[in-house]
Formats: sequence, structure tokens, C-alpha cells
Amino acid sequence: MTSKNANRTLVLKLGLVAVAMFGFGFALVPLYRVLCDITGLGGRLSQQSATVVAADYEVDASRLVTVEFLATVNNNAGWVFRPTTAKMQVHPGELYTTTYYAENLLDRRLVGQASYNVAPSRAARHFAKPDCFCYSQQVFEPREGRDMNVTFFISPTLPKDVEVVTLSYTLYDISGQQPN
Amino acid sequence: MTAMTHEAEHHGPPSNFFQRWLFTTNHKDIGTLYLVFSLVMFFIGGAMALIIRAELFQPGLQLVDPYFFNQMTTLHALVMIFGAVMPAFTGLANWMIPIMIGAPDMALPRMNNWSFWLLPFAFAILLSTLFMPGGGPAGGWTMYPPLMLQHGMSFPFVIFSVHLMGISSIMGAINVIATVLNMRAPGMSLMKMPMFAWAWLITGFLIIGVMPVLAGAITMLLTDQYFGTTFFSAAGGGDPVLYQHIFWFFGHPEVYIMILPAFGIISAIIPTFSRKPLFGYSSMVYAIASIAFLSFLVWAHHMFTVGMLLAGSLFFMYATMVISVPTGVKVFNWVATMWRGSLTFETPMLFAIAFVILFTIGGFSGLMLSIVPADFQYHDTYFVVAHFHYVLVTGAVFSIIAATYYWLPKWTGHMYDERLGKWHFWLSVIFVNILFFPQHFLGLAGMPRRIPDYALQFAEFNMISTIGAFGFGFAQLIFLWVIIKCVRGGEKAPAKVWDGAEGLEWTLSSPPPYHSFTTPPVIPETEAPAR
Repeated sequence: MTSKNANRTLVLKLGLVAVAMFGFGFALVPLYRVLCDITGLGGRLSQQSATVVAADYEVDASRLVTVEFLATVNNNAGWVFRPTTAKMQVHPGELYTTTYYAENLLDRRLVGQASYNVAPSRAARHFAKPDCFCYSQQVFEPREGRDMNVTFFISPTLPKDVEVVTLSYTLYDISGQQPN
Repeated sequence: MTAMTHEAEHHGPPSNFFQRWLFTTNHKDIGTLYLVFSLVMFFIGGAMALIIRAELFQPGLQLVDPYFFNQMTTLHALVMIFGAVMPAFTGLANWMIPIMIGAPDMALPRMNNWSFWLLPFAFAILLSTLFMPGGGPAGGWTMYPPLMLQHGMSFPFVIFSVHLMGISSIMGAINVIATVLNMRAPGMSLMKMPMFAWAWLITGFLIIGVMPVLAGAITMLLTDQYFGTTFFSAAGGGDPVLYQHIFWFFGHPEVYIMILPAFGIISAIIPTFSRKPLFGYSSMVYAIASIAFLSFLVWAHHMFTVGMLLAGSLFFMYATMVISVPTGVKVFNWVATMWRGSLTFETPMLFAIAFVILFTIGGFSGLMLSIVPADFQYHDTYFVVAHFHYVLVTGAVFSIIAATYYWLPKWTGHMYDERLGKWHFWLSVIFVNILFFPQHFLGLAGMPRRIPDYALQFAEFNMISTIGAFGFGFAQLIFLWVIIKCVRGGEKAPAKVWDGAEGLEWTLSSPPPYHSFTTPPVIPETEAPAR
């Protein structure tokens, strides 16, 4: 039967397509990240691509933007976690520092890590945090509590109609995933 | 080569039961295995649906605890999608495509055997999770993290069973594509192929294109859970919304995988009982192809509410709406085929006409869901449940039932009981609407999906829906009886079972010989496209 070889090449090709599509599923991960960086989708800007630098801009003293701070503890882990100030009035272009307070309520050592999110998402590209406790592990001894700094500024390129920007942190307990 | 000369001889199946069914490479046997497996899964998934509906008969918690209820909604979907509908279509492809295109068998008979026998193991693993500590999967068939990662023991078993189902359907799809492209009888050009072969060819490409993406997504779930990756975990900088994007990149083509073969079946049945050729053959082919192409561009309409750029929402909304154009072409072509035909209403035709009407209703509710501002109201309500059950039950499942009645005499050599078939049809079509139509109203009024209890104002429609569910469920026992009766005996069926039927499968005796078309049939040059 002559079709036997034709079948073999076709099956090989189709099998390759299947394998390539398996890889494509994984390729969507960096693609998605790039898309989020470009658009601010998901309210997050990866640190590396935070191109806005405070010194590049003049302070726009004529404009006031309200920044609200939120804190969430993931899965009701054993923390107190709250912003020390609930909201601030800021001028675009000026550098500000605020703090979040976290306290370990348990009698054992906890390791925390925070992620953040900016709403509305189209403000995310214009919100920069030169110094932030997010994405680094925070070790808390039993019953320890401390303030953690966030330095941020809003670029004057923030769209004019955005008057309120919300910065939200979620604290995760990653003690279980840490080799001791 | 010895196997080749061996096959060329005309003889029947091996007489040993195990040799015949476990080791078979015969496309008819494997088709039968797929169809029987699918029927078993249809009843298992159906029993789960009845548990769901029984709990929802009244507000409050009566029969099962909420966690078990969620396991039922999850497993009902997985069993029906991967166990009932997809294997049924693969079974029909196995049985019919070789004898429709004049091929002696499928292109890859041994792989065919393997792709079937993966399925019973996959579903044994999936269903065994019900008996594990912590029970079966309960986070919905979409397996969204982080909920999916908070299960007990069942999680890795579910992932591996879905992997097996994926491998099985990818192999089945490769087999169908190779058969259609390489094994057609001389003279059977692509544009002369029966529409069922066309629909399956395109479905095959969809399966190869998206099942591996699902495999990738659930592999990432697995590594997130056990190997410390953070693809979807926000704690490590991942994003659970990413999972939804990857999942629905698979998920939307998947729903067309479950409906395109149905289009092929309906395009075979309606011309037969209208005694006219299919209206607009080539436009039907192009419509299926464009539906398949567009299916890759609309995934995010399943997740408008996650928060998306306005431009993204608009793109996915319009792209979704565009799909209704080729779908409309198909519906109008079926209606035009019936127009001034000399119609008769045997059971396959009844189910086919019900398909056209009820699938169109499901299409319209899909169009409503595609409207972004409206979707925020409809999202995750019973309106969505009503929508996809109209397209999958009165769409995909009705087409499979229609195909079974249509080709059952060909498979068994006996006529089925037409009187029981009519009973089955009328009970099904009445009860299925009692079952799903009120769910539109429930959804519009705000009843969420996947809940075991609900607010009092939803009580009446839920009660009606449950009555419909039990009516529809028990009506399927008639179907089972018709099949058993027809396999055991009955009036002898002629080669050409339906006087209006065209196509190579009707040139073979009923039942066809165990090895058919070992010498390719001659296709007349001028013959109009088959169905």
C-alpha cells in the first residue's frame, strides 16, 4: 500500500504540531507578562520595566491625586497587616514614603511575601515604587511587629481624569514553602 | 507485509471475545467500542446531573452536602465532555469515515486501538477520586486556580486523567486527519467528500491545536502545586487570570470540537429525508472552516468580568458576534435543503430538525452573552447554564442520537423500532425544554451557577426544571432499549436503509462486511457531492 509512507510523514507533522502547541501554552506565560507590562493590565508593573524615574519629572504642584492604601492577608493567615495611613493627597512627580504595619500573631516564626496591585489598571504604568517591601521575603519572629516602607511617586503623565489611585497589598504566608 | 495480505482476505472477526475486543484494529469494532463507552459515560454523567437537579428541586439542603454537590457539577461536566460527547464523535468517525470515503480501514489501526483503550483507564482514575479521602474534584470543570489547588488527594489524579483523555483525543484526531487526507478512494476529491468527513477533518485540526494547550495549562497547575513554580500563584508574582486565558484558549475551540461533527451529521440526515441534495455544499465547507478559524480568536468572551482593556473587550465581543455569520449560513442552508423537499419524519429526521431549531436558540443566547455590558449581568448565572446546555444537549447530544438512529440499521443489519424511536424523540424534546428553558429565566433573575441552595424566589422554575430533568433522563432509557432491541434482532435492513440516502456507506450490505472496501470503490466522475 503506497499510502503507508504518506501516513508516516503526515503523522509526524501532526505530532509536531501537537508538541508545538504544548509549548505554545507555556509561551503564553511570558507573552501575557509582556502584554500586562505594556498595558498595565492586572494593575501590576514589573520592577524592571518601571521606566519612570522621579528625577525625570517636574513636580506638578497644581494637581492633587488621592492615593488610597489597602491591605489584605491571604487565607486569613496569622498576621495583622494594615497601612499606617489610609490615604494621602499627593502631587504628581513628588516622591513620598509611607509605611505598612505587619505583626506576627503566632508563637512561631513566619515568612511573608507581599504582592501589590494598582487600580485603576490604566494608572499602573504611571505609578512607580523605587522602594517597596513587595517580592522580597519578610521574616517575622514570633509576635514580632514592624513597619515596612513604601516609597512611591506618581508620574505627571497620569491621565488627567484619574483622581484616585488605589494601591493594594496582599500578604502571603510562605513559611511552609521555605527550607528552614 | 504479511499482515497486509492477511487483511486482504475476506473473513470475519476473531471468535475469541478478548482477542476481538481488546486487540482489535478494525475500525468498525473500535467505533463500536467508542460508542458503547460513550453511552455508558452518558448514563453516568446523566446520573450525576440528576443528583444535581434532585438537590435543586427545592430550596434548602436536602439530599447531598454542598461539597458533594460541587463534586457532582465538576464531574458531570468532565464526564459528559470528555467521556460522552467527544468519544461518541470519535466513535462515529471510526465507524463511518472509512466507509464514507471508500477506505479499507483507518490510516493507523494500532494507534486507533490505543487511543480508545486509554479512555477507560482515564475515566477509572477520574471516577475513583470520588472514593478518595477528600472526595473528587469540586472546583468546577474549568479547574481554576487557586481553588483547584485546595483539593485533597484527588487533584493529581484528575490532572493525570485529563492528560490521558487529551492524549487519546489527539491520537484519535491525527488518525482521522490521516484517514481523510490519505485514504480516500480514487476519484473522491476533497470537495466530493461527505460533509461529516469534512467536519471531522476540521475538528481534527482543532483538537490537535488546542488539546496540547490544555495539557500545558494543567501541567502548570501540577508544577505550581508540587514543584514550587508560581505560574498562577500571586504570592510568587504569578497571576491566576493567566490560567483563565490559557484555559479558554483551549476551551473555546473545545466547544466547537463538540459541535462541528454534529454539523456534519445533520448535513447528512436532512438531505436524506428531504430527498434533495444538501443546499450550498461548498458554503457549508467554508462556514465550518471559518467557524474553526474564528474559534481561536474569541476565548476571552468567557472572562469579560476579570477586568480587561476596553479595546480587548470590544475585540472579543465583535469577533464572537462574527461567528454567528457562518453559523447562520449553516442554519439557512439546512432550512433551504428542506425547502420544497419531499419530507418524511423518521426518528433521525425528527432529531435533526429539533437540532436545527434548538441549537439556534442556544446560538441566540450565546449571542446575548457575547454582548459585554450584558455579560456582566449574565456571567456565572443559570443563563449561561441554559445557553451551553441548549448547544450541547439539544445540539451535540441530539446530533449523536440522530446519527445513532440514522446509522443503527447499517451497523446492526436490523431496523430499529420506529414506534419506540418516536416515543423517545417526543419525550426527549418536550422534557429537555422543560428542563433547560426555565433556566434562562432563573439566570436572568440572578440565580448563580454551581450552588446547592438558592433564594426562595427561584423555587418554582427550579422545580419545573427538575421535573424536566427526570423526564429527560428516564426517556433516555427508551433509547437504551431501542439500541439493545435493534442489536438483538428485528426486521432485516437493506443495504440502502433510507430511500433518499446517498453515499458509499449505503452501497455496502447492512451490516457491512468486517473488512470493507479492500479494493477501492469507483467514484463516478460526474457524481454530485455526497452529503
